[in-house]
Amino acid sequence: MAQPAVAASDLEARFSDILTPDTRKGYEGYIVKPEGLLAFAKALRDEYGYDYLSSVTGVDYLPNDMMEVVYHAYKITGGPPLVFKVQVPRDNPVVPSVTSIWPGADFQEREAWDLLGIRFEGHPNLRRILLWEGFWGHPLRKDWREPYYEGEHKPFKQRTSGPHFWHEDHSPFGKNVDYPPGFDPYTWEPETADQILYESVVQRTRKPEQEELHSEQVVVNLGPQHPSTHGVFRMIATLDGETVVALEPVMGYLHRNHEKIGERNTWIMNIPYTDRLDYITAMSNNFGYVLAVEKLMGLEPPERAQYLRVIMAELTRIVNHMWAIGFLLNDLGAFFTPALYAIEERELILDIFEAASGSRMMNNYMRFGGVVRDIPEDAWDMLVKLVTDRLPRKIDELDRFLTHNEIIKSRCLGVGVLTPEQAIALSTAGPVLRASGVPYDVRRAEPYGIYDRFDFEVAVRYHGDVYDRYLIRIDEMRQSLRILEQAIRDIPERGAPILAGKPQYQVRVPAGEAYGRVEGPKGELGFYVVSTGKANPWRYHVRAPSFINLTALEAMSIGNKVADLVVILGSIDIVLGEVDR
Amino acid sequence: MDGRGILQGLAVTLKHFIASYVDDFKRKNRYFSEEGVKYRSSPEVEGIFTIQYPEERRILHENFRYIPFLVYDEGEEGQRDIRCTACGICAKVCPAQTIWIVRAKDPNTGRPVSKPAEFYIDTTLCMNCGLCAEFCPFDAIIMDHDFEIAVYDKPDMVFDIERLLRPASYYQQIRPTQYAQKAAEREAKAKAKAARRGAARTK
Repeated sequence: MAQPAVAASDLEARFSDILTPDTRKGYEGYIVKPEGLLAFAKALRDEYGYDYLSSVTGVDYLPNDMMEVVYHAYKITGGPPLVFKVQVPRDNPVVPSVTSIWPGADFQEREAWDLLGIRFEGHPNLRRILLWEGFWGHPLRKDWREPYYEGEHKPFKQRTSGPHFWHEDHSPFGKNVDYPPGFDPYTWEPETADQILYESVVQRTRKPEQEELHSEQVVVNLGPQHPSTHGVFRMIATLDGETVVALEPVMGYLHRNHEKIGERNTWIMNIPYTDRLDYITAMSNNFGYVLAVEKLMGLEPPERAQYLRVIMAELTRIVNHMWAIGFLLNDLGAFFTPALYAIEERELILDIFEAASGSRMMNNYMRFGGVVRDIPEDAWDMLVKLVTDRLPRKIDELDRFLTHNEIIKSRCLGVGVLTPEQAIALSTAGPVLRASGVPYDVRRAEPYGIYDRFDFEVAVRYHGDVYDRYLIRIDEMRQSLRILEQAIRDIPERGAPILAGKPQYQVRVPAGEAYGRVEGPKGELGFYVVSTGKANPWRYHVRAPSFINLTALEAMSIGNKVADLVVILGSIDIVLGEVDR
Repeated sequence: MDGRGILQGLAVTLKHFIASYVDDFKRKNRYFSEEGVKYRSSPEVEGIFTIQYPEERRILHENFRYIPFLVYDEGEEGQRDIRCTACGICAKVCPAQTIWIVRAKDPNTGRPVSKPAEFYIDTTLCMNCGLCAEFCPFDAIIMDHDFEIAVYDKPDMVFDIERLLRPASYYQQIRPTQYAQKAAEREAKAKAKAARRGAARTK
């Protein structure tokens, strides 16, 4: 990893012709001219050590008639981000693609093209990713309206003042669908779009000598309705014999344009919506979002709330890893016995969530400046018992149960290898990154909340295969228990405030931008929010870890047998609610 | 690769298998009793932890939340004093925009009064987030514990005011702590108000 040869302050002097500091109130970072972007990015990665591109976000500034692409680049050795932006006119938004420098920008640029219509020049495969080919328009543009349009932001007048109506009266094949000119759903043949898709996969791998030998590659379509894909997710694999030579993930079947909904919601309405991103880890999702908005508001939650947040986030990590391990074993063919052993512990933790927040999965627990209510005493006793006695025992048992199992070893060792260089370049995060030997953890690299107070190790494994991605989850659960023990010990007495200020449903959020990121169980979960000082966000973007980790799926799969694809996907641990948003 | 790992794993399975039967013998009322359900959702549980719904039911925590209901106080002559004042905060804060209120009118003057004439919640949209109950200044809309609300016809899923109203005694029964706390808060507020009024009069 390149250590920065020059300080970042030299940037301005060196790139004075293409770089200007972003002086808008509440904004940070630099504005880069599109023509200089690639040279700047290359220097950033190779000379300044910003080798990890975390997030690429498109923003539509309709009143200023421009599109902006925001990049958050980090050093893999830790520290704050370098934020830089490219501004292009709205009528012809063309930005050079940075995929040649950070391949991890691949899916994120496709997402920005799909939802905002920003074209990335030089992107190898700029197609829609979340919406279907032939979708009419780019829905995150501020002037795009759905055919059945209710209003720019909530509360919607007609909903609260009646009369009542059913949504579907306005929907399927009625007023709620809009097609591009010349498109007719009754004559459209779905094969055409699929053929384009298959062709693009086959083209990438076809070699001239194969034509001569009359050998051919087979395209196998796994999913979207496949029990192993953890939802509706599709993989198009090109096989040479049994070996995967190319793979194209296809997603978006669960797409509901979470971000557009988020931009119409008021600030507080978004909290329950974040629960539904990755529905296994709702507490972490809440945490990331409130952190971003608190940055804008300049709020600091009280001590007890900070500890409660950490407790909930770490319990969520255990919940998620239990689930991930259980279902990885399901993918391996150990039908449900390991999964149920893991889920039993999850159920007990969910009991605590239910007592504290009111719901087992859709927690909606955190608020701007704190948490909604204190954890009840009976749940606290249960928490202490779980953390000090039961969970360590059960994690050991799970370890004994699975880790040395010869079948698991022979299925997982050396399968789906991702090298550290690939892991960083492809912007993977969380267990996937750390199993490849890169000890990068947001809790340590850029501590948020009160994570700087806890003594824990960043778990790391070095082989980057499926087996290590399994082991790292066991390691991380043990580290989470360490954090939990310290949090239980140090938390201020019951009765201490848990919310800064009064509970408010209309918060004042000063204009500006903020990026809040947490180490979610699946990786770096980031929320990029832009406020114009109004009651709802101007831009609300989710850096979804399981979505971006899928960028690495092809790199992991190439050279493996088709039978292992299922377990490789399982080892990334995706949740489609977050991938498709 | 001598199979020792598999045997070690099978020993764990065997332990789980035996533990559930041992528990069956040790605990006479492991099934179909409140005590048994409590045990099976406690950190001490070993063996099978399944709760046989609907014969058995989980013991819901007080804070459990489901579709909200409206609270009325039972008056002395059996009339229902609806706490809701039709202020509309719940409708404004509802993320899914499921609440629709029609304000009542005074039958004599025709002026709007602070009571709801109609109150609807579209439960097909409600996401049980609890924000309405959290921000209600009158403690009038409360999250319910009743989650068995299946109906045969979709229009029945829009709950009207008759379907939503529940007595305060029901509220007290499902959420005793919250009920007591809110009642105490109200009393303190009323006392402070009375004191202020008293102070103003002596001036």
